[in-house]
Amino acid sequence: MIYDSLKSFLGSDILAMFISAALPLVYVLTYVIVAVYLERKISAHIQDRLGPMRVGWHGTLQLFADMIKMIMKEDIVAKDTDKPLFNFAPYLIFIGSFGAFAAIPFTSAYIGSQLDLGIFYIIGISGLVVAGILMAGWSSNNKYSLLGAMRSAAQIVSYEIPTMLVVVTMVMITGTMNLHTLSEMQTGHIWNWMLFGGPEFGINKFIFIPIMVINFIIVYISTLAEVNRTPFDIPEAESELVSGYHTEYSGMKFGMFFLAEYANMFAVSCIVSALFLGGYQSPVGYLGNLIHAQWMIPIEQFFWFSLKGILFVCVQMWIRWTVPRLRVDQLMALCWKYLIPIAFVNLLIIGLLTVL
Amino acid sequence: MALKTEEMVLNMGPQHPSTHGVLRLELILEGEIIQKVTPHIGYLHRCFEKHTEAMTYPQVVPYTDRMDYLSSMYNEFGYAVAVEKLCGIEVPERVEYIRVIMGEFQRIASHLVAIGTYGIDIGAFTPFLYCFRDRETILNLFEITCGARLMYNYIWPGGVSHDLHPDFIRLAKEFIPYFRKTIDELNNLLSYNKIFIERTANVGILPKETAINFGITGPMLRASGFKWDIRKDDPYSVYNKFDFNIPVGQGLVGTVGDSWDRYYVRVLEMEESCKIIEQALEQIPEGDVSSAIPKRIKPPVGQVYGRVENPRGELGYFIISNGGTSPFRIKVRGPSFVNLSIIDELCRGYMIADVITILGTTDIVLGEVDR
Repeated sequence: MIYDSLKSFLGSDILAMFISAALPLVYVLTYVIVAVYLERKISAHIQDRLGPMRVGWHGTLQLFADMIKMIMKEDIVAKDTDKPLFNFAPYLIFIGSFGAFAAIPFTSAYIGSQLDLGIFYIIGISGLVVAGILMAGWSSNNKYSLLGAMRSAAQIVSYEIPTMLVVVTMVMITGTMNLHTLSEMQTGHIWNWMLFGGPEFGINKFIFIPIMVINFIIVYISTLAEVNRTPFDIPEAESELVSGYHTEYSGMKFGMFFLAEYANMFAVSCIVSALFLGGYQSPVGYLGNLIHAQWMIPIEQFFWFSLKGILFVCVQMWIRWTVPRLRVDQLMALCWKYLIPIAFVNLLIIGLLTVL
Repeated sequence: MALKTEEMVLNMGPQHPSTHGVLRLELILEGEIIQKVTPHIGYLHRCFEKHTEAMTYPQVVPYTDRMDYLSSMYNEFGYAVAVEKLCGIEVPERVEYIRVIMGEFQRIASHLVAIGTYGIDIGAFTPFLYCFRDRETILNLFEITCGARLMYNYIWPGGVSHDLHPDFIRLAKEFIPYFRKTIDELNNLLSYNKIFIERTANVGILPKETAINFGITGPMLRASGFKWDIRKDDPYSVYNKFDFNIPVGQGLVGTVGDSWDRYYVRVLEMEESCKIIEQALEQIPEGDVSSAIPKRIKPPVGQVYGRVENPRGELGYFIISNGGTSPFRIKVRGPSFVNLSIIDELCRGYMIADVITILGTTDIVLGEVDR
């Protein structure tokens, strides 16, 4: 583990801890830069235009320009806002979405915290996002923001249920909540991924596969809703609520929301990939094993981890720029009438199978 | 003990991305359910009708451009039809054909904006850009003809300002087959999208009788299942020489007269416009386009009502002449203005998101509502 080697190298407990904790932050920020650029370019090419082209080569530096703009902007706080809440909300949302990375294994050699309750912790800390959104909507003292926040809270809380049910199913099969252990279990080749029944053999594997695929779809839809992406971007619904809960924010506080949104997208992608697609595990085996260079394996794992995360984020973008948005009642109907019952049935079948 | 409840008043607009301009809607809500919608208009009022009284007849044309800025050609067309009726001017055949071609291109361009922005209202961004890409081609055609892209000042009483560009017919003929493919693409991307249908089917149902009572015209009326199109029912210009259909709403995915029907009628109308343009491009005769433009328009004392089928409905000009060189009074019957009047009736009982859905299908242009 990186923490241990850092500790022995630096000889300081606290320093090692700080560096080890800062690593995901650096990684996520780098990722956000890439993701925002990708979003712009992907959306542009889907829409038959070029996207940013002026700042840097093919607009690569556009995001830095935007960041500088955002930092230099006046931080407007409207007169009638509830100031403490208003100022605190963006940071709370950022904490909520960034905190999740503590329990996500980046490679077999690095995980922020070896929590045995990993996935449980992630779902718990993501709950802070809801509180932050509600705070932002309420304190803005703006009807549109309030509506957006209320919708958002209802949506995120509802969609946590199918996610939880699927996670419980996974925990029942694997017997662990630690994402690191879970990823380790899916080592080997692509057919050892949970999506394809996990490291199980025999008849069970064939029963697992369809259930896992359904579970995967459920969890993917739910995570789309949890991060407020199209077709579930109702809380932000640009054309109805004029971006909902963050309408009143400007400058870097808005930047925080923006950052949190992308960090969140990546966090859920990582969770989905850790649950179903082997996390950091390679689908084709490791080059390091082949040439007997064990030190290469974590690097390869890191590559696969990033690739899967980015791939999912790209799919989210692809969906966003293709489909329209649902209405709030249709969204709830989808969750309560379809996803939850199906997830329940899956839970039941898996429960029976594991008992037998 | 009963909880104290209160209706929420939500102000939508004038700075709201989905009110299609500077329209302000005052919504009375119970939860998210609409109790009442009051449109407040007039933010774009420019006294068009009063201004015209100080202008000579030809000078009015640029003003008509600025009413419904998405269908300027057709506004001029309507004005020309009315003034020619008042003065009894016979225009050459070629001019009529040019007007029809321009008018139908304008109809396609206008419907493309309506469909594209409607996509945005529902949350689909991509169709908007596809629509604007194709609208661009049409605007280029207008540009090579008269030099302007939005405010043309092209159709004058008695003729048109310039003859067609030598390349125009070739470019227009190339555009039609290309555009037909785009319509299919649009249908696959948006019209038959499951979520889009969920959002629009059975929302804001407008029964035929209500539509007629409110004086609704254009695609909105036709979507309710009533076949009424001035191009067919009171033909002006050379429209009676073309073979085209009047699409009406059929309730393919929901009820007749719902938002999806209103949307889809526009898609079908674009196809019909293509048909008209194709025929007109084939039949267009040679000739002079400015021979009938009068040096000075001085109509006899009297009054006239000239109407055309604008992309949004019946656009009528009521002109009173006192025998002078400028009109005594011009009253415009704007389709957007009349179509907007039904918004309260349509929105009641639906949710906030549906107000956007319904308002999008009325396809108003505030420049014309306020004039």
